Amino acid sequence: MVIDSTRMKSLADRLAVDEVKGRSLWADARKRFLKNKAAVGGLIVLLLVLVFAAFGGTIAQYSNEELDFSIMGQIAEKGGPSLANGHYFGTDDLGRDLFARTVQGTQISLAVGIVGSAIAVLVGTFYGAFAGYVGGRTDNIMMRTVDILMSIPYMFVLILLLVVFGRSIIMLFVGIGLISWLDMSRIVRGQTLSLKHKEFIEAAEATGVSRLIIIRRHIVPNLLGVVAVYATLLVPLMILTESFISFLGLGVQEPLTSWGALISEGSGTLNYGTYWQLAFPLFFFVITLFAFFFVGDGLRDALDPKDR
Amino acid sequence: MTATPLLRVEDLHVSFSLRREGDWPWTPLRRLHAVNGVTFDLAEGEVLGIVGESGCGKSTLARALIQMVPATGRAIWEGKTDLLSLNRHAMLKYRADIQMVFQDPLASLNPRMTVGEIIAEPLRTHHPELDTSEVKLRVKELMDRVGLLPNQINRYPHEFSGGQCQRIGIARALVVGPKLVICDEPVSALDVSIQAQVINLLMELQRDLKLTLIFIAHDLSVVKHISNRVMVLYLGQMMEMAAGRELYGNSQHPYTQALLSAVPIPDPVREREKVVIPLTGDLPSPFSPPSGCVFRTRCARAQGICAEKVPVPLPGDHLVACHFPGPAVV
Repeated sequence: MVIDSTRMKSLADRLAVDEVKGRSLWADARKRFLKNKAAVGGLIVLLLVLVFAAFGGTIAQYSNEELDFSIMGQIAEKGGPSLANGHYFGTDDLGRDLFARTVQGTQISLAVGIVGSAIAVLVGTFYGAFAGYVGGRTDNIMMRTVDILMSIPYMFVLILLLVVFGRSIIMLFVGIGLISWLDMSRIVRGQTLSLKHKEFIEAAEATGVSRLIIIRRHIVPNLLGVVAVYATLLVPLMILTESFISFLGLGVQEPLTSWGALISEGSGTLNYGTYWQLAFPLFFFVITLFAFFFVGDGLRDALDPKDR
Repeated sequence: MTATPLLRVEDLHVSFSLRREGDWPWTPLRRLHAVNGVTFDLAEGEVLGIVGESGCGKSTLARALIQMVPATGRAIWEGKTDLLSLNRHAMLKYRADIQMVFQDPLASLNPRMTVGEIIAEPLRTHHPELDTSEVKLRVKELMDRVGLLPNQINRYPHEFSGGQCQRIGIARALVVGPKLVICDEPVSALDVSIQAQVINLLMELQRDLKLTLIFIAHDLSVVKHISNRVMVLYLGQMMEMAAGRELYGNSQHPYTQALLSAVPIPDPVREREKVVIPLTGDLPSPFSPPSGCVFRTRCARAQGICAEKVPVPLPGDHLVACHFPGPAVV
């Protein structure tokens, strides 16, 4: 079409020079993140916890459902952590291997946290970006809906859901997914409003780029920093919510377990001298939450250097 | 002008309805008339400069032409289509012919996209049939044309200086081969030395590619350098329009004369002798513009008729919207 062939020759000489690689804002952020020791430490801890959740089952000597009859009835004396009998973290009150159960609890808790956060990222980002970009009446209706949903006490709804539809892991995902995206959509909408009047958006509109492509190509990439930070900080909140529900006895159902359920059981039997039943699940719970918060903080500092 | 003008704008009005903070839902909206009955022709290959104070509707006028703000009136493209009557879909075809260069060089480039992606965007929108290598070739050609090194194609906007960013903006506007380029204060955010480079680049491109330009600025000397014709706007209305030399040498409207007298002369002796015609008072509120001639509240020549009748310019090459046109009296 519009390619001018006479200029091609002079152009060819200049093209012989190799293309310079650009330094994107993401690359800058990565560099800043890697300089932050607490954040990198948090990331390493998270990776270790993930490895524990993924491959812990292959090290375990017992399955999480098996009762060890040789220990049953004498948990306080014989059920403690021991390398000799293969119960690395000891056993629970019924003589089940606590190592295997902690591995499973970690899997479930991380899954709940990550699924909840992923729903928030997907639904919240597009909902918020759409409402903010389109604006006007659409925005009003969409955001008032969010306000109404937010004003409902979610713990009450979650408990009702689990009571009415029965306790199941699917119901837990549904319940957490329903509430997690509300805050995210508000944050994203606010950011979108400030982006909307930037000249590069106007330039795209003037050229005739369609609305959906503007949202996808121009708005969402510029929101991802905020979204990444908030998503990282949302995972521990989701884990806490799930743990609280499980602590109340409404969360995941036996033989499945989660950190909340394990901590609940462990704290119940603390008086009988079986401290390990609380200590091991609690240890994983605490380091994971700390690690997520450190990584989230690190991401925020890395992605928005003006914010400090 | 005998040939069909590229763009004929007739009686263009842009107004916004605004609600004040604390108004009740049933309070009548206040109307702000940003552009009030502007009419002009734009011949092919011409450079029209638009000058005026901040808030006089320069940018709004330009944005109205490409339906970025709702406007009434007519804007006839090549004697056939009224751009203002087109719907979103029908307008798309014309967006390739009318491109825009923005004021803030860095803010008009998406910080998450590489220069290559930014320049290619209009091309990808209007020519989706081109494959990646053709697009890349065209982008590199354009980068070379506007004085950027084509091997910088993968760099990001924050790695460039203000002047280079504006060159990227110009390349983006030219990539689809437009007929009309609207430059909305393209040099106001740049250093003076860089301004000259960008203006010269624009003039060179205009000459080589036979572009038609609408060049908006508040700097009269910049406009003088680049424009064939200049339009002076005040409160959304055309005050005076004439060929560049005519307007600068033989201005007839008191507002234009006041503006011209305020331009500093880079010669201390002449600058000291220069007579500045001061404008008294402030710009009237655009919510309630003065009756008759909008400039009368600040005009030394104002008389009774100015408050009653809107001055209508006599047809010709030199348009003056004034009841008492004439050379400056000091």
